[in-house]
Amino acid sequence: MGSEDVYILGIRMTKFGKHKELDTVDLATEATLAALKDGGVTMKDMNIIAAGNLMGGAMPIAQVIQKACGQTGIPAYNVSNACATGATALRVVCMSIKAGESDFGLAVGVEKLAGAGLLAGGARKKDGKSWERSGRYGAVASVDGRIGTDIMPGVFAQIGMEYGHKYGGANFELFAEISRKNHSHSTLNPLAAYTKEMTLEEIMGDIMIAYPNTRPMCSANCDGAAAAVLVSGTKLKTLSLEQQRRAVKVSASILTSDPYEEACQVLPNVNTLTRAAAKQAYEAAGVGPKDLDLVELHDCFATAELVHYDNLMLCEEGNAVDFFKSGATWRTGTTPVNVSGGLQSKGHPIAATGIANVWEVCHHLRGEAGPRQIEGAKVGLAHVIGLASACGVHILESNSA
Amino acid sequence: MSDQIPFVNYLALGDKPHLVANECTSCGARFFDRRNACASCSGTEFKDAAISTQGEVRTFTIVAFAAPGVDVPYISAIVDCDGTSVRANLVNVPADPDHVKVGMPVKLTTFPIGKDEEGVEAINFGFEPAA
Repeated sequence: MGSEDVYILGIRMTKFGKHKELDTVDLATEATLAALKDGGVTMKDMNIIAAGNLMGGAMPIAQVIQKACGQTGIPAYNVSNACATGATALRVVCMSIKAGESDFGLAVGVEKLAGAGLLAGGARKKDGKSWERSGRYGAVASVDGRIGTDIMPGVFAQIGMEYGHKYGGANFELFAEISRKNHSHSTLNPLAAYTKEMTLEEIMGDIMIAYPNTRPMCSANCDGAAAAVLVSGTKLKTLSLEQQRRAVKVSASILTSDPYEEACQVLPNVNTLTRAAAKQAYEAAGVGPKDLDLVELHDCFATAELVHYDNLMLCEEGNAVDFFKSGATWRTGTTPVNVSGGLQSKGHPIAATGIANVWEVCHHLRGEAGPRQIEGAKVGLAHVIGLASACGVHILESNSA
Repeated sequence: MSDQIPFVNYLALGDKPHLVANECTSCGARFFDRRNACASCSGTEFKDAAISTQGEVRTFTIVAFAAPGVDVPYISAIVDCDGTSVRANLVNVPADPDHVKVGMPVKLTTFPIGKDEEGVEAINFGFEPAA
């Protein structure tokens, strides 16, 4: 284990949604400067930056951010780990501080994604004039839709349907009800892309994307950024009492990838690596699922949220349906999940998500969440998963007690 | 004379069409793509393994909204073929949740997806309900 404790000193997310007038640099800068201000520090204090941006191609976003708001010559890490990109940036900074190489570090995730549509399984090309084999399967033409599906709503639909069949009780209505919870939660989050309460009938009657996921049961493509300033425990002791009180302890920062098992290369297995990450995180933090006051988990689709109740061990194995039906994961329940509105309504600007989830948890642990505050929140967990596959789990604890 | 070709390398045509996996000779893990090494044990020796044409639907989705050019709706499924999981479409069954169930028995079938300009027909596979 590392010798240094790690704390979040400052953290912010931009409003998620359509930002027609703002580009990637604008959004990243807005989040970065806000996080620095929130922590009471400047770019000159930072010893490391790690940043991610998936849709910007080869652009080195960490250096772009530096050029936008402070070039100080520090090491810059550009990270890419699908939907776990933000969490990976955070983890890189954590590792540097734990190792004693940095006192302060900055992690940023940013994405311009509004109106992007389906992100995998691109438009099918017209079949060639003569069949030619290409790719690792030697296919003579595009396989998406001909040999199963590449699209994420379909992949995660299959993941949820498999769980539902294995343990029983999960049907279209149950998955829609999970979505209703998150849309209901979003009405209290002014930074969410969508803040509209939706009825079960509206959710089930909306456009079907991949059964049982209708459109509002899918994560919302949108623009947004999030940034976090991290500090070592030693350094934090030299800062103001206000900074110390608002600092949030990173009790666990875990990243896993998917271990081999039968079928995992046919349908991504999001369960193995999430369960492994959760187990490691609880051990590192010395807390259990029952200690969590709130959880932000990766509800990229309503079908995904159900399986992660189980994977994060919020319920007994196989018991996710009953757990949800008990009301436990509503904001009034025993383990509030996605009080931000989740990816389905808050939105999912991919690389920003893994830091925005941490921001939401910190917001509550600091007692600053206003009307959506989970009263007395002391411990929270943020989870993300990217295919195929990376899982980030962070356990965060209030420092004010 | 071959005026038919399989849609993917791992589909064997002929009298009894079936899928052929690369099976790791060290640990038995099976893969459908071209392999450099085994994801389970890192072994580098593989042999062909014929996959059962009978299976059971492990999970499915009905894709109703897809990328441009992809016909919808279609049923995407994972089929458990005697212990080997296969990704495929379910065919010859209505694409609605009243007709498709997890656990339903299915069998491999093949069908043409079109001819190229030289008249060569590409043959794809799917799974249909096993009566």
